[in-house]
Amino acid sequence: MDIVLENFDRFVQGLTTTLSLTALSWVGAFVIGVAVASLRVGPIPPLRGAGAVYVEVVRNCPLTVLFVVFYFGFPSIGIILPKFASAVIILSVYTGAFVAETVRAGFNTVARGQVEAARTLGLSFAQMLGMVVLPQALRAVVGPLGSLLSALIRNSSIAFSISVIELTGTTFQIATETAEFIPVFVAAAVAYLLLTLPTGLVVGVIERRVAIKR
Amino acid sequence: MTGTPVVVLDKVNKWFDQLHVLRDIDLSVDAGEVVVVIGPSGSGKSTLCRCINRLEAIDSGTIHLDGVPLPDEGKELARVRAQVGMVFQSFNLFAHKSVLANVTLGPVKAKGVPKAAARERAMALLERVGIADKAERYPAELSGGQQQRAAIARALAMEPTLMLFDEPTSALDPEMIAEVLDVMIGLASEGTTMIVVTHEMGFARSAAQRVVFMDDGRIVETASPDRFFSAPETDRARDFLSKILAH
Ligand SMILES: Nc1ncnc2c1ncn2[C@@H]1O[C@H](COP(=O)(O)OP(=O)(O)OP(=O)(O)O)[C@@H](O)[C@H]1O
Ligand SMILES: [Mg+2]
Repeated sequence: MDIVLENFDRFVQGLTTTLSLTALSWVGAFVIGVAVASLRVGPIPPLRGAGAVYVEVVRNCPLTVLFVVFYFGFPSIGIILPKFASAVIILSVYTGAFVAETVRAGFNTVARGQVEAARTLGLSFAQMLGMVVLPQALRAVVGPLGSLLSALIRNSSIAFSISVIELTGTTFQIATETAEFIPVFVAAAVAYLLLTLPTGLVVGVIERRVAIKR
Repeated sequence: MTGTPVVVLDKVNKWFDQLHVLRDIDLSVDAGEVVVVIGPSGSGKSTLCRCINRLEAIDSGTIHLDGVPLPDEGKELARVRAQVGMVFQSFNLFAHKSVLANVTLGPVKAKGVPKAAARERAMALLERVGIADKAERYPAELSGGQQQRAAIARALAMEPTLMLFDEPTSALDPEMIAEVLDVMIGLASEGTTMIVVTHEMGFARSAAQRVVFMDDGRIVETASPDRFFSAPETDRARDFLSKILAH
């Protein structure tokens, strides 16, 4: 316990890094996911195909492998990024594939007749998607999206593999310095729970709030 | 008023794979005319409507709206679709939007009508279909009859030159059918050009100039409502009428 309190500031520092890593990656994943899901139902066949390939490749690849491939791959094609930025990109690209599939499942909850009604009003494909389908699809999948966010919080610990010193990295450092692995990692587990549990609660509230009456 | 007909179908054919659902359909509807389409299930009535606003593409023949051939998919088609109002059997209101927002969406987004003007016109339309007090409600909070009237208001808000109705009362409880038909009879008497798929004989008799009887993808008979219901010419029409009258 003392060890944890003595290093409290560093835990907070690590937690803060995990939080910003998660938040930025979530924004990226959400944008990618919605865009890819939209392309996959869109009128342009090559883009539909590209979206499908992206989703299948990324979903079937272990995250750690993606980290290594991208992190060491970026410099070899002349892109040199800070570790933190690399981690945000990799986590966004990874989680984005899952968001895309979830949003696409949401599309299927929207009655086909509403799509036709939107078309008969003369709305463009983009307007129909943005104003009729997406708002309903997203509301329908708030719960599953919340699970993805929770997974992202936990997955962000893999950024440690490219030396981003977030919560897990900090924990490793403190544990190695003090040789007290158990209390230090229990503290880390508690810290992750402090992030994921409220996330679940908040998502539950949002889910009930935005539910569409049928 | 005799000008260009609002819609002209010429030798229209449509297949769903091997299934020939529309066969050499010729149909012309003048401005202000109300045409009732009637026929057995599967005869192609819905498909006919859906081809007119190109929810389905036709395989041969031509469809002209206001003298202009239906364009292919794209911006121009969206513009043409905006001129054709469609009312579905299952209402198809946008579930996440209030009734008012359902009615203003098309004018604001597809036609660029300023929001305030669209609201004002939407309220007038909701007044006209008798559900102005439901403007802020969501579709699920309305009865079927109210939802269908909201859907009619949504279509009218686009100021369409042609209204298509595909069995607008078939999903409704009997006591709600009249409130929807009353609205439609009102539209007809104000000179709205309408194609209505319905088996409501009362509506056909009081509002339609012509009844078109379809069977197996063909227009088998065209007649005035009185003539069609009292003295149908073809055996198939007689057979069909005897079945719906038996109910
Ligand atoms: N999208 C589709 N794909 C394949 N076949 C279809 C499709 N839509 C309709 N059909 C078929 O085309 C035929 C005509 O259908 P349509 O819905 O136009 O008939 P309808 O006269 O409206 O019938 P109902 O009175 O039951 O509504 C039917 O045999 C139907 O099964
Ligand atoms: Mg039908």
